[in-house]
Amino acid sequence: MYSDLELDALKEIGNIGAGNAATALSMMLSKKITIKVPQVKIISFNDVSELLGGPEKLVVGIFLRISGDIDGNILIVISEEDAYALAKTLLNNNRDINRDFSEMEESALAELGNIIGSSYVTALSELTKLYLKISVPSIAFDMAGAIVSFPLSLYGYLGDTAFLIETEFVEGLAGIKLHYLMIPDDKSLKQLLKAIGVSTFESDNSRRNGGI
Amino acid sequence: MSLIIRVGMAEYKAARSPATLVTLGLGSCVGVVLYDRVKKIGGLAHVMLPDSRLSSQKDFNPGKFADTAIDALLQDMLKLGANRKSDIISKIAGGAQMFKMKAESSIMQIGKRNVEAVKAKLNELDIKIVAEDVEGNYGRTIEFFCETGELTIKTIGHGVRIL
Repeated sequence: MYSDLELDALKEIGNIGAGNAATALSMMLSKKITIKVPQVKIISFNDVSELLGGPEKLVVGIFLRISGDIDGNILIVISEEDAYALAKTLLNNNRDINRDFSEMEESALAELGNIIGSSYVTALSELTKLYLKISVPSIAFDMAGAIVSFPLSLYGYLGDTAFLIETEFVEGLAGIKLHYLMIPDDKSLKQLLKAIGVSTFESDNSRRNGGI
Repeated sequence: MSLIIRVGMAEYKAARSPATLVTLGLGSCVGVVLYDRVKKIGGLAHVMLPDSRLSSQKDFNPGKFADTAIDALLQDMLKLGANRKSDIISKIAGGAQMFKMKAESSIMQIGKRNVEAVKAKLNELDIKIVAEDVEGNYGRTIEFFCETGELTIKTIGHGVRIL
């Protein structure tokens, strides 16, 4: 489906985006942030929720939609425990671990998603010279399977596997992990590759965008 | 000890009593249960999208789409000995909108569109929906017991229901 060159190029795009996002996150939290080398994953729909700890694992999901010259989705997934720890750091309070997220905490986490997503997309836009905009963040606290189902469905018209560029941000001391998934629409992948000058084979099957 | 069968995203499975069919973490997808009450043969489809005509591939997995998944599931149940004439009934759950957006474009409402497509298809096949728990903004884990015909729905913070 994709050549090694294309996959490497997409990985590199992910790397530049993630680097920029890590810097922004580090400034916001005043903490050291490390990133894992981004990976391009082509896996079955069911494996995506396994990647996040299983379909019933309780997680916080922050969703942002990319639109403009290319379309895609950003999903940031944080485990329940890490999200509580993160909320505590962001608001600098002593929260009771058995309490649900307050409105204030939800909006702080959404803002964190906004900063990561925007800096990622800004880097992408500067690199590719594509016009990209990003939606306001939307947050949900639920089972991992339910959280990933929406962005995966959008891709489902195009294939039977999920295509994602994945990375992980890890906060220095507490080891808080943020799973960062970019799930581009299929057509957009080719455009993304073209924009950075990686020539792609024109496939003979004329892909439709499935009306999404 | 009854058999538990997991049905993943875009899959469909049929089974006889005493099997239990389970789908974990349904979000915008819809779980469609078909059940032959007389023969106690059940089926569960995990539908992701409303309409197979929008697929960009010709050769797609029928389990993904409401229209094709229900047809395929029904065929599998008939193979197991379910009787099309003896009243096969349906129960449906899922179709949530997990993320709220200010601009309510139709892509955000994929859950709702899935529910509508499932209902239209069941109506076309003349299969009655006897119970439903759909939409909302939360995920669901569902279990269907072929023995009793009960569908259990578990949620995070929205209780447990039995349909």
